[in-house]
Amino acid sequence: MTRLTETHMIRLSDFVAEPDRAGRPAWLNELARRAAARFASLGVPTRRQEEWRLTNVETLAQTEFRVAEETADVSAEDLAQFDIPGLAGSRIVFVNGICAPSLTSIESMPKGVMVLPLREAIASHGELVKAQLGKHADAEHDAFTALNTAMLGDGLFVFVPKGTVVDQPIHVLNVTAADEANGSGMSMTSPRNLIIIGENAQATIIEDYVALTDTAYFTNAVTEMVVGEHAHAVHYLLERESAKAINISTLRIDQKASSNFASHSVLLGGALVRNNIVPVLDGEHCESLLNGLYLTRGRQHVDNHMQVVHAKPNCDSRQFYKGVLSDESTAVFSGRIIVAKDAQKTDAKQSNANLLLTDKCRANTHPQLEIYADDVKCTHGATIGQVDENAVFYLRARGLSEAAARGMLIHAFAEESLERMTLEPIKTYLEGELFSRLPQGTTVRESMDI
Amino acid sequence: MLEIRNLHANIDGQEILRGLDLTINAGEVHSIMGPNGSGKSTLAQVLAGREEFEVTEGSITFFGQDLLEMGPDERAIAGIFLAFQYPVEIPGVRTTQFLKAAVNAIRKGRGEPEMDAMELVKLFREKTKLVEIDDELLKRNVNEGFSGGEKKRHEIFQMAVLEPKLCVLDETDSGLDIDALRIVSQGVNAMRDKGRAFLVITHYQRLLNYIVPDFVHVLVDGRIVRTGGKELALELEEKGYGWIESEAVLAR
Repeated sequence: MTRLTETHMIRLSDFVAEPDRAGRPAWLNELARRAAARFASLGVPTRRQEEWRLTNVETLAQTEFRVAEETADVSAEDLAQFDIPGLAGSRIVFVNGICAPSLTSIESMPKGVMVLPLREAIASHGELVKAQLGKHADAEHDAFTALNTAMLGDGLFVFVPKGTVVDQPIHVLNVTAADEANGSGMSMTSPRNLIIIGENAQATIIEDYVALTDTAYFTNAVTEMVVGEHAHAVHYLLERESAKAINISTLRIDQKASSNFASHSVLLGGALVRNNIVPVLDGEHCESLLNGLYLTRGRQHVDNHMQVVHAKPNCDSRQFYKGVLSDESTAVFSGRIIVAKDAQKTDAKQSNANLLLTDKCRANTHPQLEIYADDVKCTHGATIGQVDENAVFYLRARGLSEAAARGMLIHAFAEESLERMTLEPIKTYLEGELFSRLPQGTTVRESMDI
Repeated sequence: MLEIRNLHANIDGQEILRGLDLTINAGEVHSIMGPNGSGKSTLAQVLAGREEFEVTEGSITFFGQDLLEMGPDERAIAGIFLAFQYPVEIPGVRTTQFLKAAVNAIRKGRGEPEMDAMELVKLFREKTKLVEIDDELLKRNVNEGFSGGEKKRHEIFQMAVLEPKLCVLDETDSGLDIDALRIVSQGVNAMRDKGRAFLVITHYQRLLNYIVPDFVHVLVDGRIVRTGGKELALELEEKGYGWIESEAVLAR
């Protein structure tokens, strides 16, 4: 990408479409233009909108943004700190939203599998991309999806053909780094991923956000995922942004009949984080798991916004979200289950549990059921509580220090979320992250080893 | 070993213990009996260091150390063990992990080398026989889904593993069937030792057929009103607490 001589500032309150980008197919320019018009009309959400009542993004309207620039200053050594030991498979690195080939390594793939930057896929497989891009995520009604589409640059493109198994995970590492224009305006990246898992195929995607800068920046990501009939797909979101980051991630999954999808989200970093996940179970006998863990501290605000759409009968969905809040952090969980009129025999379960470690943190939890069918099983449960003092006393009466006792109980609470994950290296890495945040983490960790 | 002098303790502003005196020497088994609400469990909780109870007067020393200055974990390290009347369920913590943490916290606190997984497994295996506890139970989360009897046996098992100096049993017999009672008692009796003392708190005399005490104390209204040998327990069983309560009132 050519470096702009003058930094182009973007103000979301008076957003205008970019001019058509040269070298981009007309359909894509059209898609971006339409999305820009939608964003201009939707605007930045306000707290008067139900979906944004508890998460304040209003200041974004007046913030001066600029598109994060390409930078060659990031080396493999810089990224070593983000390594997940033992994690095999391909890693595609995007720096400031643009694929960095020198940091990327793509394993050899089974025949017909494509793993490449979206920008390349648009050039080499235009028709395939055109048929899917923007067809799943909702740029009509969701402002940040519209904004992402209007700003669309690069991202990950994965295509797994029918009957093909990609057994190693595909790890997309999004890195925000300081660029030359650092300091003027807040940099914004708009990663856009398109993942197509064919019939009876299988793949695991890890969407990962990190930063090499401690200045404020905005990541507005959208991932569209299509899970074919009888296909098996797993998605991990590792949100490890730096302390001042704003991260809004939207994952939309379209599930075909008898498909199995699992999402595991772990939210650790960032100042303001919104994790939107929308699985649409659009075929019978689908299974969908939304598993999540958020660990907040300082003045972080983390909002998990789930919307599970049961469009067809005989599908099962499970939402399990857990949060450990400390300091003055706040968290929101909103889980909506929509069961369409024809979606009989739906079995939907949702639970959200919050552990508050201080009296200054706050959790809001919002189960919402919209059921139009009459023969369904939908349950939801939400808890907000503190560490059980009876259990603390019991452990102390057995010799554990107060800190170790609390550490053990917090670990036990969070561990359940990690247990559901299937990729061992991710699990182990997250265990470490969890222990590092616990009081007396080392002591607790040692006692686990039996 | 343990010296309690003129102990007064409150909870929520209400005085439960009103001047309790008790001396326990190594090798002795003491039983505290008393009607409901007399302060038996309060005494157990105060000994273990429960912070909800406020000690307003008096002293407790344990091997000459001021127990009231010590946190519950420091007391455990010093050698006090409370077998809980209501053992707490801890979801998400496996019993083996809990035991490992406990054993090593105590060993570390005493300046002893920590035990590794191999040594611990050996220790657990040896002690499970003592209380006829199923190995499978140790793989489950602490007390979660345990039956009442399993919970109590688990308490005695922990006691056997941690080898404390002073074992406080808080109504360990409540709700136990006769077989469980026998097993629990066997465990306790196997641990009787000249260096170790027991404080067995119970409402009923039956447990004392199995764990034969050297001293029986009757607690009424937060004070020990009578002390005797094991025959005192039988007398209480026969006559109920009424006669001793009225005596206590008269003596005031």
